Amino acid sequence: MRTYAGHSTAKESNALYRKNLEKGQTGLSIAFDLPTQTGYDPDHELSRGEVGKVGVSIAHKGDMHQLLDGIPLGEMNTSMTINATAAWLLALYMTVAEENDVDRGSLQGTTQNDIIKEFLSRGTYAFPPGPSMRLIADMIAFTVDEVPKWNPINICSYHLQEAGATPVQEIAYAMSTAQAVLDAARERVDEETFPRVFGRISFFVNAGIRFIEEHAKLRAMGQIWEQLGRERYGVTDSKLLRFRYGVQVNSLGLTEAQPENNVIRIVLEALAVTLGRNARARALQLPAWNEALGLPRPWDQQWSLRIQQILAYETDLLEYPDIFEGSHVMEGLVSELVEGARAEMAVVAEHGGAVEAVDYMKTQLVESHSERVAKIERGDLKVIGQNVFQSSEPSPLQEGEDGGILTVDPGVEQGQIEAVEKWRSSRDDDAVGKALDALSEAARDENTNIMEATLACARAGVTTGEWAARLRECFGEYRAPTGVGDAAVPAEDGSLDDLRDKVERVSESLGRRVKILVGKPGLDGHSNGAEQIAVRARDAGMDVVYEGIRLTPARIAATAVQEGVHVVGLSILSGSHRELIPEVVRELREAGADVPVVVGGIIPARDAQEMLEMGVARVYTPKDFEISRIMGDIVELVAERNGVATAA
Amino acid sequence: MSEGAADLGRRLASGDRSAAPAALNVIEDRSPRGRERARELLAVVSPASLGHEAPAHIVGLTGPPGAGKSSLLSALVREWRARGKTVAVLAVDPSSKRSGGSLLGDRARIDHDPKDDGILIRSTAAGGRLGGLAAATREAVQALAPAFDVVVVETVGVGQSETDVEEVSDTTVVVVQPGSGDTLQFIKAGIMEVPDLLVVTKADLGDVALRARRDLSAALRSLGSRDTKVLAVASLPPPEGVDELIDALEGHREATDIAARRLRARRLAALDEFTVEHGERALRALGGRRDAERWLRGQDEGLDVPGLVAALEQRAAGAS
Repeated sequence: MRTYAGHSTAKESNALYRKNLEKGQTGLSIAFDLPTQTGYDPDHELSRGEVGKVGVSIAHKGDMHQLLDGIPLGEMNTSMTINATAAWLLALYMTVAEENDVDRGSLQGTTQNDIIKEFLSRGTYAFPPGPSMRLIADMIAFTVDEVPKWNPINICSYHLQEAGATPVQEIAYAMSTAQAVLDAARERVDEETFPRVFGRISFFVNAGIRFIEEHAKLRAMGQIWEQLGRERYGVTDSKLLRFRYGVQVNSLGLTEAQPENNVIRIVLEALAVTLGRNARARALQLPAWNEALGLPRPWDQQWSLRIQQILAYETDLLEYPDIFEGSHVMEGLVSELVEGARAEMAVVAEHGGAVEAVDYMKTQLVESHSERVAKIERGDLKVIGQNVFQSSEPSPLQEGEDGGILTVDPGVEQGQIEAVEKWRSSRDDDAVGKALDALSEAARDENTNIMEATLACARAGVTTGEWAARLRECFGEYRAPTGVGDAAVPAEDGSLDDLRDKVERVSESLGRRVKILVGKPGLDGHSNGAEQIAVRARDAGMDVVYEGIRLTPARIAATAVQEGVHVVGLSILSGSHRELIPEVVRELREAGADVPVVVGGIIPARDAQEMLEMGVARVYTPKDFEISRIMGDIVELVAERNGVATAA
Repeated sequence: MSEGAADLGRRLASGDRSAAPAALNVIEDRSPRGRERARELLAVVSPASLGHEAPAHIVGLTGPPGAGKSSLLSALVREWRARGKTVAVLAVDPSSKRSGGSLLGDRARIDHDPKDDGILIRSTAAGGRLGGLAAATREAVQALAPAFDVVVVETVGVGQSETDVEEVSDTTVVVVQPGSGDTLQFIKAGIMEVPDLLVVTKADLGDVALRARRDLSAALRSLGSRDTKVLAVASLPPPEGVDELIDALEGHREATDIAARRLRARRLAALDEFTVEHGERALRALGGRRDAERWLRGQDEGLDVPGLVAALEQRAAGAS
């Protein structure tokens, strides 16, 4: 039982952890901010607006020391949601242990470290797929003997569901990823050690609202995993073959409309992963009811912790053996999923495995998500409070002064920038330079394990940004596929006809096709929303420029000007809209682009008002689930700004 | 609707790159008023008005999807900028025929500094003209050529479009990845013109790329094409062969009579536009394609494409 936590500075997060441990939490789950996750220091241009936002900012071992101050590392089980820079954060964690005389062999915990799903969904990658897989394999090979209680990787099917995966896709792509990781690790360790490597692989799974099917999904994953271990990797020890997984239940289905209903959804989703003992989660994290509104407050997180405590201590959930054993219905459901997943795994294998199939899988996910969104729009998929039963009494939960969400002090960023500058000026530059050069050398030689050089960097006081910059130099920069280019055009059902007519009429009057730039400023990698907008805009007949994630405001402005777009659409979900949106608007004006800007994302009403006053033309939030209506709105906006009519 | 179209043209003619985006907006405008403005703009940047051919090196870059064009282009742009050359990239994407809309995402993979005004990247949809480069692309090249050192026209090669690329560029490059036999087959079957340069990407694959390079060279020789260079390039770090490719591009340009090539391209473009506008029947009235081409070769070398189209129209009217 733990909650995913961390924000602003190491010092504040440390205080939060100590408090949570007092409240009965049994481990740590560290949330890092996006700059730390993507390998940038707080003073990097791309970090703007993101420092300390979705997690804690850790720029060097000094920050890590402060983060873990007074926490007994030898006894703690620490989960770190860290991927591209996992090797680095583990090295910092180990260095802090070392400098506190804690034996590395006693360290327990997990680094998430699943890079494939970063390319497919979450977007906090730093290096190209090949080198990324090598870093993972290096960590696995290193920890299996050096830090034997550490789970070096947590294969995430969680984010695949968030990106729109069906249960079959979720199973198939996670298992294919695991296979790619294991294949890479097998090259790095000897034969006797390998079964133990297999046994250290754990999963991070999602659970959606269709909780019976979701439970079946977990049983199916267990079956496939065991078979994979026996048949492909020759593992025989049944303890090592066990499918170990942790869960965070679904955020995608949480609504902004009538958000109190989310508590009920969360409880049901928690049942999916706890009902049957044979497929019960080893660790459970529940999101907060108000995630679709903004950042949850400590009270909101406490409420989620209480759900787990009631399930565990008040109900009889944990008292029985597996309650589905012998159920024909459950067995049927499981074998259906196993069969479907095997077929999809075969398709991935045909593409050459998970690494080679990133483009394919991404496109499949974008299509599945488009389908889901369209179903909600049509009302085929019912979401209470959103597309049915919308009328509601006013909610007393959102009446407080803070509007029901947490806001991070914008002063944190400046503080961290100054702190990292001070850190850099107070260390032994010579030692830092030498450690970094050794890192480059290790990176360039594929046969050298990256961990020793990384540990040396951590000890020398290298910063997160410096470590990652060196590796970017050696491995190259990378932009993941957006998946939108190849997404299938939906079947003709007439539902887009009116919208297309409107786009066509306005395009005719303008003389050229309505052209929209869909942009994601900053480090936020959650691109589902932007992708759906891009695909629908194309299907509506617009020319769409979509460049994927991680763009600086300057780049968005330059693109808008060069491409001659009629409108700019921006999507932000990380809560950094207050810093980044004004910046984009300013850069646009400076570059001479007099085009309307529309914004979509998790944006509290108060902030939305501010943005409209600042010159943003429209703000859309998760309650605006009808994408076609948004599109129509945008076309009208373009027509209005260019003085042309939308009517026939 | 601010600046006059002719003013935009004059700014480009004098090398003012900041006029480029607005000029491209004008050229893409297909309304009658837009066409009028485009004609005004293009008249100012025509070779006759400039008094010479525009100095830019116009490079056509094409190849099948997934061949690594974007990564290659990214590496090329970086190297051109390092050599102090300004670069405009026109990325032409296929449009969805069903909705008319399109996703233009290729520019994402060209890594560059957004504050660097020596780079312009503009993506356009092919406008539903199957396989063909939009007429607008031809005009866009003409508008950009006086203001940039290099103008790249990048397009997905599916059959016909390579030929179209050849018609607008001084040097055509076809990009293939190792192990793709299709391109070779297309060239052998005469579906695709022999390019000026063939680039095999993913040279980091080692032997596979080297073999592909050898096979292509042999095939080209058997077709009697001794001039086409075949190069192997790795665009991912550490990049290999990019320097050599740029040298080869420059070498080709130096060895080519640019004025003659562009003159021929303008005449072919005029004939295409005439045919699109008036149909095959009108072409027959001119005695068919070959006769028309021959007739065009006798026309004033200073005429730009609209002038040539007008001449063809006049002749067709006289003939009927």
